[in-house]
Amino acid sequence: MEKRVTFRGWLLPLMLIAPQVVVSAVFFFYPAGQAIWQSLFIADPFGLSSQFVGFGNFEFLLSDKFYLASFATTAIFSILVTLCSMIPALFLAVMADRLIKGSGVYRTMLIWPYAVAPAIAGVLWLFMFNTRVGLVSWYLGNLGYDWNHVLNGGEAMGLVVVASAWGRISYNFLFFFAALQAVPRSVIEAAAIDGARFWRRFWTIVLPLLSPTTFFLLVVNVVYSFFETFGVIHTITSGGPQQSTTVLVYKVFSDGFVGQDLGSSSAQSVILLIIVGLLTVVQFKFVEKRVHY
Amino acid sequence: MAREVHGMVEKRGAGLWLTHVFMILGVLIIFFPIWLAFVASTVTQPEIVKPPMPLWPGAHFWENYSEALFSGVNVPVTTMLINSLVMAIGIAVGKIVISLLSAFAIVYFRFPGRNFFFWMIFLTLMLPVEVRIVPTYEVVAGFGMLNSYGGLIFPLIASATATFLFRQFFLTIPDELAEAARVDGARPMRFFWDIVVPMSRTNVAALFVILFIYGWNQYLWPLLITTDPEMNTIVMGIKQMFPSGDDVAEWPVIMATSILAMIPPVIVVVSMQRLFIRGLVDSEK
Repeated sequence: MEKRVTFRGWLLPLMLIAPQVVVSAVFFFYPAGQAIWQSLFIADPFGLSSQFVGFGNFEFLLSDKFYLASFATTAIFSILVTLCSMIPALFLAVMADRLIKGSGVYRTMLIWPYAVAPAIAGVLWLFMFNTRVGLVSWYLGNLGYDWNHVLNGGEAMGLVVVASAWGRISYNFLFFFAALQAVPRSVIEAAAIDGARFWRRFWTIVLPLLSPTTFFLLVVNVVYSFFETFGVIHTITSGGPQQSTTVLVYKVFSDGFVGQDLGSSSAQSVILLIIVGLLTVVQFKFVEKRVHY
Repeated sequence: MAREVHGMVEKRGAGLWLTHVFMILGVLIIFFPIWLAFVASTVTQPEIVKPPMPLWPGAHFWENYSEALFSGVNVPVTTMLINSLVMAIGIAVGKIVISLLSAFAIVYFRFPGRNFFFWMIFLTLMLPVEVRIVPTYEVVAGFGMLNSYGGLIFPLIASATATFLFRQFFLTIPDELAEAARVDGARPMRFFWDIVVPMSRTNVAALFVILFIYGWNQYLWPLLITTDPEMNTIVMGIKQMFPSGDDVAEWPVIMATSILAMIPPVIVVVSMQRLFIRGLVDSEK
């Protein structure tokens, strides 16, 4: 779509767009270019000189068992976070949608966690499950279950998943709730007249009508669990134990900043860049579809 | 959002009560971590380190909060709150201003490179800070912006989302308005200030809510570039309050800080709920 009425001149618009373009160039494109460039070199341990290795860093990464493990960890992590945040959100939204009065109050209560930063969510959950003082881990201990996410990789994963999914429930709830409110009453009532009970109506009518929202949320939740959960992981497990919660973004950070392995960290950045690109394309394809829906 | 017509799918009696029970349970479970943090921020360290900790607030609210606010662990929490506020407002205002300007240029002008710049802005969507951590750090270090507000704000300020949102909105502004402005001999910037900006008020406000929370909740970026505790933001500073090694964390102060860290964004979200939901839906479209 274009405007038919426009103003003349070219200097003014260039000046108007300049701040955005300069910031993008300096802090987005130049660093991204640097990442691509650096991914082709290996720096010596002192950072004094570097040697061109072509795709050597990539070849090394793709045969590195820690990196491949990190891929698997990321996949498991994002699937779990997506499921654990979408299913409770859908359930709560369906319940709220059944209410004629009072859903506003519940909604106000439920959006709180959205405002809580992932890193803070990490601290709250760490506190509940802390091996020394945690309330939940203490009760688990009384029940005979020895909770120790510091040593047990599975428990560590469970904890970062729950802490990451928790704040996301608010977000998904809002989208599901809005979509449910938009389901035409007439369709529901027609089904009710035909004798379909609540859950049958839900599975056969409501859920299919929610599919655009569901698909949209699937994509954004995967993006969220890939890129925005760093704070949760850093506060709760720092990637451990034995790298069992080291997702790809965490590995870029730990190899680049802690390990100072610039070539490998840059190559990992480039791989992430490709993943974001793919996810963005999926997201936009879908948005196009949703417009026509 | 109350519906006018309640037909035959109205729920009454047991079903309705059950729905309320589920909702209340859901809210309680979701609220529990926040409640527990609040309780921990009002009791003493010995009450926490000897589990189980109480479930009802204690009498040490002022003590813990004033210790957090005025002495903290590495740096008073007040300092971190101010840093977070500057960063969040800087990012939100900065993104809105540069996006308003560039969307105005793209919609209301035809100039060389217009398409190129449009795609360039679009592509920043694919470059979250997480994938360009090390090189962006080097750029900021090169500008001498480590441990500065500029370093916290500028690298996060470009916004494809906000630009697209404003572009979409500007396209719905009737052409007659621009036509009239041109006939009256108004210059473009006059039109921008007198017509476009006032008409965008609601969009700006909705976007501000979302961007404020985005800025406030940043973790990785401040972690990288603020090595000086005086420049820590509250969200990243909490992790720094945990002792390294075997020392016991000062839980009441840390939990008081966690509560303080969530108060500003919670106030923004809850008090501007309608704008928040609108901004959320708009910015994801």
